[in-house]
Amino acid sequence: MSAPDLLDYSRRWPLRLVLASVGLFLYLPLLVLVAMSFNDSRQTTVWRGFTLDWYARLGGNLELLAALGNSLAIAALATLLSLLLGTLAAIALWRFRFPGLGLVSAAFALPIVVPEICMGVAMLIFFARILPWPAGLPWPLSLGPIVIAHVAFIFPFVAVIVRARLESFNRETEEAARDLGAGPWRALLDVVVPHLKPSLVAGALLAFTLSLDDFVITFFTAGPDTVTFPVKVYSMVRFGVTPEVNAVSTVLLVLTVALTALALRVQALAGEKLAP
Amino acid sequence: MEKRVDWRQAPGPFAALLGPPLGWFLLFFAAPLAVVLAYSFGTNVGVADIAISGTFANYARALEPVYLAIFLKSFAIAGAATFVCLLLGFPVALAIAFAQPRVRTLLLVLVMLPFWTNLLIRTYALMTVLRDEGLVNGALGALGLPPLPLLYTNGAVILGLVYVHLPFTVLPIYASLDRLDRSLIEASLDLGASHLATVFRVVLPLARPGILAGLLLTFIPALGSYLTPDLMGGPDSQMIANVIERQFKRANDWPFGAALAFLLMYLTFLALAAQGLFRGRRAEP
Repeated sequence: MSAPDLLDYSRRWPLRLVLASVGLFLYLPLLVLVAMSFNDSRQTTVWRGFTLDWYARLGGNLELLAALGNSLAIAALATLLSLLLGTLAAIALWRFRFPGLGLVSAAFALPIVVPEICMGVAMLIFFARILPWPAGLPWPLSLGPIVIAHVAFIFPFVAVIVRARLESFNRETEEAARDLGAGPWRALLDVVVPHLKPSLVAGALLAFTLSLDDFVITFFTAGPDTVTFPVKVYSMVRFGVTPEVNAVSTVLLVLTVALTALALRVQALAGEKLAP
Repeated sequence: MEKRVDWRQAPGPFAALLGPPLGWFLLFFAAPLAVVLAYSFGTNVGVADIAISGTFANYARALEPVYLAIFLKSFAIAGAATFVCLLLGFPVALAIAFAQPRVRTLLLVLVMLPFWTNLLIRTYALMTVLRDEGLVNGALGALGLPPLPLLYTNGAVILGLVYVHLPFTVLPIYASLDRLDRSLIEASLDLGASHLATVFRVVLPLARPGILAGLLLTFIPALGSYLTPDLMGGPDSQMIANVIERQFKRANDWPFGAALAFLLMYLTFLALAAQGLFRGRRAEP
């Protein structure tokens, strides 16, 4: 047996057993969920035949579709704002020396570690007592509190990712741009930002996922007119299971797998470009 | 070489860069939490008003046996889930770190994919399997065994937390195993140690920073989890977050809820500080 084989633990049976059990544990429930979304039966988990009924019903469930629309709009807005604020924060903390640098860096890490429930109640109190959001605003504006809350906890994640990428930036290229007559903003936009591109893609994907996934903070911030997808699914699960949840979950699962595959592909392409 | 620019050399760009994120942080994160902190020292006056009276009564109430028991139970449930995550996660991370490159990528994607999937969908999927008429009980029934009440128990909550947090345990352990100097393992094997002895006496100590990080990344969100105990737990599996939610949405006792929220936050910081201490001690010699 050669040395690499000797260390290839994934080929030894005890570890194969663990891998197989963990794989089953992680994926069996999701597979059952997908299978049940095609099951022609309302209550039991016994297979009664193939149907697309639940998917057809999804099209008629306007509340669920509206919730999905809200979630996507919130995720898009929160991603844009988080990308902007996270990148600004990362560049500011990387570029400048100022009194309180350590304090601000540590403070920006707080939203990552503070328990969601604490942020949730903070947002509830804030929008109930300190900054009441006007009722009856037109659609995207009515989502304001949720977008604000999401950006507050997501932009630090983006800042961490962008900051890591800045470490590999060669400052001499920026100095060269300045020597050739570019102003500080031109140099930033034309030299620093292109270098950040992979981290901006990664940050956007993470921001979108975090926003779309968030239940607890949204649960405390959302009003009766601003139900998001997770909040809607929560109430459906809480008050009686319907097979429509299986169907909509399957749609979202397929979307997730497709997006993940796309992200991996983009990363692989970026990797090829970096190593000619 | 100090690469940073002093902010006084470019106050305009400095303010333009740091201003927006710092402003957002102060207004929409620090200020709301400060209000929660103020409320935790408050008293209910009438139906809707809260007077910030500087009382410690809310904290005193949080230390009553009923609530102390809930804190302890939350610790026990989160601790048990973290322990199971470590038992499952370490061998998985070990297998991934030492697999052939193609297999490694595949396994990493398989571990990461649930992380990108909606938390609510994952929890619901697990509930589908555990229900009385779910797959597990269906299999038991086919074997002629009576159904087990799996859902709405403390065990279900622990299983749900493991299901949701396992990637957080695996990835940091994998990262530290990936960086490990493999010649040390080969040396241990060459000198006659068995694989098992090598894992316990060479690999495990070297991977300790990653294991600690994985434990923390699992324990902290598990301790404050709301959704899993709410959906999968029984009447006596309430964790801190569920009690906090009740104060705000049903019991309408905001000052007490605020005090509980801050206690949970202090516990989180305590766990972080403990890990920092561990790491610091290791770095010293």
